[in-house]
Amino acid sequence: MDYTAGKPVDSRVAETMLPYMTAFDGNPSSVHSFGQEAKQVLEEARVKVAQLINAEKKESIIFTSGATESNNMAIKGFAYRNKDRGTRIISSNIEHMSVMNPAKYLLTRGFEVTFLPVDHEGLVNLESLERELTDETILASIMHANGEIGTIQPIKEISQIVHRKKAMFHVDATATAGQIPVDVQADGIDLLTISSNDMYGPKGMGALYLKQGVRVEPLIHGGGQEQGLRSGTENLPSIIGFGKAAELAKAEMQTENERLIKLRDGFINGLVGAVPYSYLNGHPTKRLPNNVAVRYSFIEGESMLLSLDMMGVAASSGSACTAKTLEPSHVLIATGLKHEEAHGSLLFTLGKQNTEEEVAYVIGLMPGIVKRLRAMSPLTPKELKE
Amino acid sequence: MYTEKVMEHFRNPHNMGEIPNADGVGTVGNPVCGDMMTIYIKVKDGHIEDIKFKTFGCGAAVATSSMVTDLAKGKTLEEAMKITRGDVADELGGLPPIKMHCSNLAADALHVAIDDYYKKQEEMKK
Repeated sequence: MDYTAGKPVDSRVAETMLPYMTAFDGNPSSVHSFGQEAKQVLEEARVKVAQLINAEKKESIIFTSGATESNNMAIKGFAYRNKDRGTRIISSNIEHMSVMNPAKYLLTRGFEVTFLPVDHEGLVNLESLERELTDETILASIMHANGEIGTIQPIKEISQIVHRKKAMFHVDATATAGQIPVDVQADGIDLLTISSNDMYGPKGMGALYLKQGVRVEPLIHGGGQEQGLRSGTENLPSIIGFGKAAELAKAEMQTENERLIKLRDGFINGLVGAVPYSYLNGHPTKRLPNNVAVRYSFIEGESMLLSLDMMGVAASSGSACTAKTLEPSHVLIATGLKHEEAHGSLLFTLGKQNTEEEVAYVIGLMPGIVKRLRAMSPLTPKELKE
Repeated sequence: MYTEKVMEHFRNPHNMGEIPNADGVGTVGNPVCGDMMTIYIKVKDGHIEDIKFKTFGCGAAVATSSMVTDLAKGKTLEEAMKITRGDVADELGGLPPIKMHCSNLAADALHVAIDDYYKKQEEMKK
């Protein structure tokens, strides 16, 4: 139940990729017929990704090596190309590191970056967005939803505020494209990051949507593939897999989400209802269908993960003890949690293969795990010990 | 990530709990960092007769606490003072490098508990 960390490639996706990994070796840039066939399937995949997010045309889709590259291109590529119009950029405190760190890097290159605060449920403060937007602001980058707390931002509303000040709007849709509806035209999005693996496509693959007229500087120069914006011979098998994953996601999203939301809400109620001093992280309703993020007082996340692992359950935590940096998750801290509260966080992310039985199994395990760890903890108040 | 020995102590920690009216108590770390442990000792004839721990933290924090109680039990106070963080990690078959500093606090907690015992003895003499 750790689908955010990595999803299996859908077998139907893998099937479409296989011939292009073994038998077929056309290069879309070649003139001969193998090359032309490669070009054709490449463009078919581009259409499928474009349709998933309702892009106005397929040329708006630039294939990249994944969400991290797309975010880098959207932040640094846009800033470099548009610095004559202004040097202010706005983002939020709960962005993924692949948005945060490029934005922080730009601070060393003469740009000003503001990271907006969020409320306890993880929603970006729209008043501070309005306040921070100036005539110098060229770009606002706000994620559609956060995979750690599940909160979905009101992106259409944000877009309207951003556009009133004539800035461009980038959305990191890693956690949403292919999971919940994303419509770049209806939502008013200028740049959008899409991840392939997050919709059961191959890893190391993603795309950046660029609305017509939005200019970015390429980060990778070379042979001029992807309209000169992302050079390098196209990763054809992965692009084809990505296209298939996008097609499947679009077709199956609604049914799958109805299933997941039922599973999710039962899971949350089963966890938070069973043990005192347990809480939901993130927003109760504006929430990703697969996201179950909770926290328990007086105990630490890694020891919960080890306990679950012993019972065959994979999950994740925002505790410092599970991080390379030894810092608790910046997302949890941004929602106002104290460090010791963030350490007690536990994240389950559901996917296609999770069932009601599995959820019931974990709901049944948690009270015992929490009880054992609380019995060990010097922080546990006396009334809980009996 | 962890050795089998660490997991063994995490699954079935030795000497977990509190000692009411302990002769010495030592607490190190704090919940903000993610690791905090308390060691309780009962001393008889200069030996650690009983020892228990309470720990908030990761798998390594629990396992090092459990291991230090094993190492210290029955030892003289002088011997127990010589148990180092390195000894605890070695006995567990090693710890991930990142855990060596943040979670390997059990020996420190033991030393604080022994100091606390000496301090209490001094006060009783007064």
